[in-house]
Amino acid sequence: MKRFIGFIKKEFYHIFRDRRSLFILFGMPIAQILLFGFAITNEINNVDIAILDHSKDATTKEIINKISASKYFSINQFIEKEKDIEIVFKKGKVKAVLNFEKDFSKNLIKENNANIQVITDATDPNTANTISNYVNAILQNYLKEQNKGVVQAYKIIPQTHMVYNPELKSVYMFVPGVMTIILMLVSAMMTSISITKEKELGTMEILLVSPLKPFQVIIGKVFPYIFLSIINAIIIIVLSIFIFKMPVQGSLILLGLESILFIITALALGILISTISATQQTAMMISLMGLMLPVILLSGFIFPITSMPLPLQVISNIIPAKWFIIIIKGIMLKGVGLEFIWKETLILLGMTVFFIGLSVKKYKIRLE
Amino acid sequence: MEKNKVIQVEGLTKNFGDFTAVNAITFDVKKGEIFGFLGANGAGKTTAMKMLIGISNPSSGKANVAGFDVQTEAEEIKKNIGYMSQKFALYDDLTVKENITFFGGIYGLSRKKIKEKSTLLIEELGLEKVANSLVGSLPLGWKQKISFSVSLIHDPKIVFLDEPTGGVDPITRRQFWELIYKAAHQGTTVFVTTHYMDEAEYCDRVSIMVNGKIEALDTPKKLKEQFNAEDMNDVFLKLARG
Repeated sequence: MKRFIGFIKKEFYHIFRDRRSLFILFGMPIAQILLFGFAITNEINNVDIAILDHSKDATTKEIINKISASKYFSINQFIEKEKDIEIVFKKGKVKAVLNFEKDFSKNLIKENNANIQVITDATDPNTANTISNYVNAILQNYLKEQNKGVVQAYKIIPQTHMVYNPELKSVYMFVPGVMTIILMLVSAMMTSISITKEKELGTMEILLVSPLKPFQVIIGKVFPYIFLSIINAIIIIVLSIFIFKMPVQGSLILLGLESILFIITALALGILISTISATQQTAMMISLMGLMLPVILLSGFIFPITSMPLPLQVISNIIPAKWFIIIIKGIMLKGVGLEFIWKETLILLGMTVFFIGLSVKKYKIRLE
Repeated sequence: MEKNKVIQVEGLTKNFGDFTAVNAITFDVKKGEIFGFLGANGAGKTTAMKMLIGISNPSSGKANVAGFDVQTEAEEIKKNIGYMSQKFALYDDLTVKENITFFGGIYGLSRKKIKEKSTLLIEELGLEKVANSLVGSLPLGWKQKISFSVSLIHDPKIVFLDEPTGGVDPITRRQFWELIYKAAHQGTTVFVTTHYMDEAEYCDRVSIMVNGKIEALDTPKKLKEQFNAEDMNDVFLKLARG
């Protein structure tokens, strides 16, 4: 035990005396969560639009007021001619143009049918899509208000409810993803680097010639990172709750335990990487290419797994991050308990045992 | 095991696939002796040494180190030997004192003992001024001396030195050998590999390995007579040419 404490102490000296690793450990998680939370967003806010109003009557005015009152749009300018549409788009600031037909109000009353054209700048397809959806929603809303009390024959009105994230905040999606990335990075990359560093310096040899057993060496190397990763997880959760108002519907304790499980999965991967790489650089490259990219691309963090081609969907199953994201989304957003996520938990547990087993097998107790 | 023989090796062999790195070597080392283990690069010195210190399994043959068998009692051997590698492996980002404390700790020394040892060691090496500096900031020769002293921190019966003087200047090498003599004088057996032939002259006995086999083993004086050579360098060249 005394040997173990001495070992841990040494490990902390390494970590705290290396500014670079300190920055990766604590600077990056905070920077990433703030970046993802504030800068990278799928929501639209104050999008500039232009209005081409051919009728300029009471109804169009009301609709325009409604649109400009919403926080999603701000009216940049009114244009008069069709050919101005292209000009405003080319200037780039305006992302959508609403084109009201002539006699809008009259048509609506007489024929029960009036046309409005929503033209969006689809150089950014996602934004264009979102804009047209939002405009539609505002129009529907307006119609509903107008038709209050009027009984209409044969009309289907879909009542859509967005559950668990009614405001469609993208932070809700990014926080679990960023947390997964950071825990993976810190746990797997930092441990694999710190173990290969000892190999490179030749100190690993000295440690193996000492009475310390190889597994004691590895546990000693890994333990500080478990501790630091837990602190990281706490920082991320606190930031997301207090800055981004991310809810934690389910049990915080369960969230904590699942995070620890995932940290251990990542550490096991880190150990595995260190057994197959001889230098710190190799370890870093393998961690970045082999872990980070799949986590970002295939875990369902950014791109939905269900819309991937089948082979990728299959591959995504072997990525631990996928299961962890399902778990934390479940706990944070849906408030589910272990009864709903035991399957995912079991898969993570299985992967962890597998990785540990494999690294024990790979780890050469007696250096060749 | 004979009473005053601390290392006994018989037919020790290591194969890597088809390649035989160490080919049935047989020798013993007496207690308190400085035993030089010579050979060109790639002759199999380091591989043989790794088997003796218990981090590499022999393919065949027997070896007994400090009274324990390398195949079955490697853990016991580790408690009784010290080891210094060619890289003078200390932690650059730890201070001299912290390094001593750490290595003392992994050999299970008590806190009191570690304190005693580190005061003694720092005094002996004249490191008072740099005791709290990071090892990374010290010159190579100092690192090497500290590394050697650290490998002796648990008073091992035998200390294994793997090319301990690589890359340091002749004056520092000389000082280093004084440390080795001192340790031997205090009863520690020293097993040292080197390819500096002048250093071979300092050893009580030397073995010379060529292509995995021990081709000569005796005191430097007798070897020079046997090969009718002026110095060890000459002996080595005659052997290597075959």
